[in-house]
Amino acid sequence: MTREPILEVKELTKAFGGIMALHRVSFNVYEGEIVGIIGPNGSGKTTLINCITGFIKLSSGKVLFRGKDITGKAAHKIADMGITRTFQIMRPYYTLPAYKNLVIPLFSPRARRTGGWRGGGKLGDRNTVGIDILEEIGFERDSFVPYKLASTLPTGYLKRLELARCLALRPEIIFCDEVFSGLSMSEIASMVPLIERLQMDGITLVMIEHRLRELFRVANRVMVLNFGEKLMEGSAEEIMASEEVKEAYFGSEEVEEVMSHA
Amino acid sequence: MMAQTRRKERLDRGIRVRTDGLYALMSWRELSYLTLPRVVLIFGVLALPFVMPSMYWQRVISIVCIYSFLAISFDLLAHFVGLVSLGGAFFVGVGSYLAAILNTSLGLPVALTIPISTVLGATICTALLLPCLPLRGVYFAIVTLMYPLALARVIEALNILGGTDGIMGVASFPSRWVEQYFMIGALLLFLFAIRRLVNLDLGLVLRAVKDNDQAVRASGMNVTFYKAIAVFIASAMGCLAGASLVHIYMWAGISQFALDFSILPIAATVIGGAGTLTGPLLGCFILVPISELLRAFGTLRIVFYSLILVGFIVFRSEGIMVYAQRKYHQFERWVKV
Repeated sequence: MTREPILEVKELTKAFGGIMALHRVSFNVYEGEIVGIIGPNGSGKTTLINCITGFIKLSSGKVLFRGKDITGKAAHKIADMGITRTFQIMRPYYTLPAYKNLVIPLFSPRARRTGGWRGGGKLGDRNTVGIDILEEIGFERDSFVPYKLASTLPTGYLKRLELARCLALRPEIIFCDEVFSGLSMSEIASMVPLIERLQMDGITLVMIEHRLRELFRVANRVMVLNFGEKLMEGSAEEIMASEEVKEAYFGSEEVEEVMSHA
Repeated sequence: MMAQTRRKERLDRGIRVRTDGLYALMSWRELSYLTLPRVVLIFGVLALPFVMPSMYWQRVISIVCIYSFLAISFDLLAHFVGLVSLGGAFFVGVGSYLAAILNTSLGLPVALTIPISTVLGATICTALLLPCLPLRGVYFAIVTLMYPLALARVIEALNILGGTDGIMGVASFPSRWVEQYFMIGALLLFLFAIRRLVNLDLGLVLRAVKDNDQAVRASGMNVTFYKAIAVFIASAMGCLAGASLVHIYMWAGISQFALDFSILPIAATVIGGAGTLTGPLLGCFILVPISELLRAFGTLRIVFYSLILVGFIVFRSEGIMVYAQRKYHQFERWVKV
């Protein structure tokens, strides 16, 4: 591709004591695409997101966002630039109703800067903007669901709430940490079009996933991590065809199953 | 053991449901249901100086107000921001020494020393506590406990700021009526202001910091900054209490760093009901007079005091205010299962 990448990760390395969690991982993300990151448990996928979004300090390497060095910046500053993330283990504000959960990101400097009246503040009420966002993300507006305490919501809604928190910031990139996991087949089926719509809205998505079938359907490109190293990168077909990937860690049965359904 | 055949059912009173929205403005009964508890609180507290029989008990009112400030500040930090503060003594000490210095060295009148030492003291306290704000866990509690102990020893050892004698000759309030109504007025103002604050969007952010600070960071907000705002507000209340205390006693000394100022507000919060803001105030209005009444028993009063505390923790651990709110808004009945 000749376009300038929106996000460049160069030789990112992270060591926890003597354990090499990530070793010289480099990849580019281009504007408007969906990049999938897959790999077996413990291969460093979540650590990679944590490093890029500033939640943990990386040992060495560089992260560039639109050509600007954001390596080692504080997490809230990176989020303020429009690089948002969801958490694999959902982190809603359990004591607040679902729509009040969105008042907090809407109160952030970025939302106030970029949102216009939709950001709440003087011209609009953050509560109503929050309900609007929840409706976009699949909460039924006229039901009780947006008004229920986050602690009473089922997993599917909490995953959506995680995405809604990112959307409230009007993000440029969303790092989705396993948004499909723990969902039923029907919940996933309704989540896939949502992801596709976010892409159509011009948001770049980086998705960590174990649900390969659904990921391969939406992702433009897939990167494979194994033991903290980048194993390969390519289209879904290339990944599935790769003997290396297959043998290294998919386990041949899983690949066959995916291949037969995809 | 017999299987339980009945259980207690709690239902919202009809009037509570009816007064949820604008509809409440339609009748006097609904209106008074909403406003009466507040009116009783406000006028009850305002009437206290007239009701009290003697000079001694009128002085107790001022002391109650001072502890109430600290209890509300503890409640704000602990239950709305998630910072357990043992810093009542720290805030009082800083506020009182500042007010004493401003009054004796610079000759400022009471009307200026209290607001200046409130803002300046809160700034100093926040700056000193800033290093431990990015941390989660018990560190904030430890540091707030450490500062008053350390400052008292520093003043003692270096013999600065009057040393063990303290700073004497501080001006008093113009009259005891001014003193009491200033304390009561400021207390009510802060109580309602803080209650308003925690329901504003800013207050929601503070509560979110308590609930889940990682998600706040992921929302592009500096958690430390919002914690610092909360600490500033809480320590401003403590410094205001300290500055008033100096003008009541006309003296500032290291006993203003005493741990009573840290511990009693916490006990009052437990008794009054944590997270209600009005509860801690009620707790102070119960605990401080009780400890005055028990003075007659000499050292035995600690025993009585502890018994009352234990009794509350065992039998009404939710606190008076939570219990009262439930009784006010809901009715209970036994139903067969």
